[in-house]
Amino acid sequence: MAEPPHDRTADGPDRSPTARLEMTGINVAFGGVTALEDVSLTVEPGQVHGLIGPNGAGKTTMFNVACGLVRPDSGRITWRGEELRRLRPAQLSKLGIARTLQGVGLFPGMTVLENVMVGAHRHAKAGFFSALFAIPTADKDEERLRRRALDALAELDAVEYAGRYPGSLPYPVQKRVALARALVADPELLLLDEPASGLSEDEMHELGELIRVLCSRMSVLLVEHHMDLVMRVCDRITVLDSGRQIAVGTPEEIRADPAVTEAYLGDDVDVDADAAELGGRSAAQVPASTQEGPRG
Amino acid sequence: MSDTQTPAGTPGAASSDAPSTATAAGNASSAAASSGRSFLPKSTLLRHLLVLVLCAVGAVALLELTEPGTNAQISSVAYYAIAAGGLTLLTGLNGQISLGHGALMAVGAYTTALLLDVDEGEPLPLPLIFLIAVAATALVGALVGVAAARLHGPYLAGATLALAVGVPGLTLYFKETLGGEQGINVRIERAPDWFDEAINAISGENGSQTKWLAYISVACLLLTYFLLANLMRSRMGRTWRAVRDQEVAAELAGISLGAWRILAFVVSAAAAGLAGAVLAIVVRLAAPGSFLPVLSLSLLTAVVIGGLGSLFGALLGSALLVFLPRWASDIGRDSFDIASAQASQAAYVVYGLLLVAVMLFAPAGLVGTVRLALLRRRAARATARAGGR
Repeated sequence: MAEPPHDRTADGPDRSPTARLEMTGINVAFGGVTALEDVSLTVEPGQVHGLIGPNGAGKTTMFNVACGLVRPDSGRITWRGEELRRLRPAQLSKLGIARTLQGVGLFPGMTVLENVMVGAHRHAKAGFFSALFAIPTADKDEERLRRRALDALAELDAVEYAGRYPGSLPYPVQKRVALARALVADPELLLLDEPASGLSEDEMHELGELIRVLCSRMSVLLVEHHMDLVMRVCDRITVLDSGRQIAVGTPEEIRADPAVTEAYLGDDVDVDADAAELGGRSAAQVPASTQEGPRG
Repeated sequence: MSDTQTPAGTPGAASSDAPSTATAAGNASSAAASSGRSFLPKSTLLRHLLVLVLCAVGAVALLELTEPGTNAQISSVAYYAIAAGGLTLLTGLNGQISLGHGALMAVGAYTTALLLDVDEGEPLPLPLIFLIAVAATALVGALVGVAAARLHGPYLAGATLALAVGVPGLTLYFKETLGGEQGINVRIERAPDWFDEAINAISGENGSQTKWLAYISVACLLLTYFLLANLMRSRMGRTWRAVRDQEVAAELAGISLGAWRILAFVVSAAAAGLAGAVLAIVVRLAAPGSFLPVLSLSLLTAVVIGGLGSLFGALLGSALLVFLPRWASDIGRDSFDIASAQASQAAYVVYGLLLVAVMLFAPAGLVGTVRLALLRRRAARATARAGGR
């Protein structure tokens, strides 16, 4: 991924992020199984916040709470100083929050360019009747969205795939397109759900650099298995285990925290070990502390 | 990033650069990626107007070169195609199935019949009556759409089928106003003088009433397809396809699934309403027998045979719906010497066989299959280019 080749002055001044996401005392239970128990998390403006934990720790559930896909049994979510009640996913984009999905979740029946243009939905101005009668303003609006989408694709070095259908593209390219679709909305908070899965070592490195670039424009909340990526890019990290929060702090603090080491490995082992291996090994070695419950 | 190093990248996948077959025809791209169409105007409006004018010229030629009997059949194709166009938007672009569009046509037809059936004085001008019929049907469509937005797949099919079964029954219940089994006769004024003169100028023939109705039907068809094509190529079409393809991702992009589903249903119902209005004046009758559930099924069949999501496919399917039985029985009578009663029975067999053949050999419909083949070729070329670089 290259340096971002464009600035966004065309659509508004380059703003530094000002919004803070606070989630306090979140409880979620699926049937009788507690998925999250009194978890709190704050994403400071312009920071990259990591959310980690062994499999089944409740990371994705926490994410789904943050974007309204799962309603918490109790707890508060505050965004830009206002409490979000009865949050629905369709409102997120207007609130300036974008999210990528764990899979890629691209629209298979649309070209890459159109996929990204859908991401710019909230910036569209032309309404139904101008579309119905094909009034030139609708064309102009489309052209604006198209340029925006191409810019987002350019930032992720994927312009050459604009006319292709997602099904024909390699997985890492699909992931970049999905990221472009989130970025094109110009969010103030970006929720990244396992952005590095399926990426090679090099690609993961580039992703890390991209995330550092992005956080000059927006806050980032990152769920990720790959430890070295998390340790490298995050300003703060929250560690979950079995639905409970066991540590919060800077990467250094987390690395030194014995509770984290224990949750991941069950005994005292160097956390700096190879990240990919860690992901695989932790699942195999720590069944006792990760109790995934019947959901599996 | 280099794609070659990744374990997850499937190298063979690039050869099938095409969307899923079922919706292949519905992917009239709203964002053509700048390739080889420079001879067409860039503006959507101009491009669609150009096509509209060409089609209008073609339609006039067709109507003038064919005999009155065929003119009447072209009218039938027109009202089927108007409804099928709306249905293809709903089912092909938005992924909602409707087995109740026949009932929506009934709403348009009865509205038209009631408004034309005035005892004294002049009825409202026809365009206004059509607009009212469209508005009334769109309103009914909005109500159905609210329910439909919460239903999926077979449940939606069931609910809309109930509509198709129920609405003809309503006309029996409200016998006083809706005329019961006999329905309402539709009286329409003679063709105006300017029409006679125009036809005379074009082909030297007289402008018959059948011809007048055929021109009205085809004009309605062209106007409807012009508007539907505008929508499909716009942001609206893209948003509908997003809702169809990936609900969660669409929602995260800020698209309210329910609202967009209802909007698709309203647009589709409006088209069905106009189709009903045209049917009423062409058949000169609005009666429950015209709107049996089989009408709804025929519409869906037309849309599927032509290719889901394609207006041209909807037109093609509708034309087959009208002309195929006639061709089949003509051929049966002339070539195989079958009695005409049996020949018309055979027409249904041919239609059924065609349907089965399309499902087997061209599951994306006629237009969809062609479009898929083109996409594959383009992808193959793109891959070859990328390989040569």
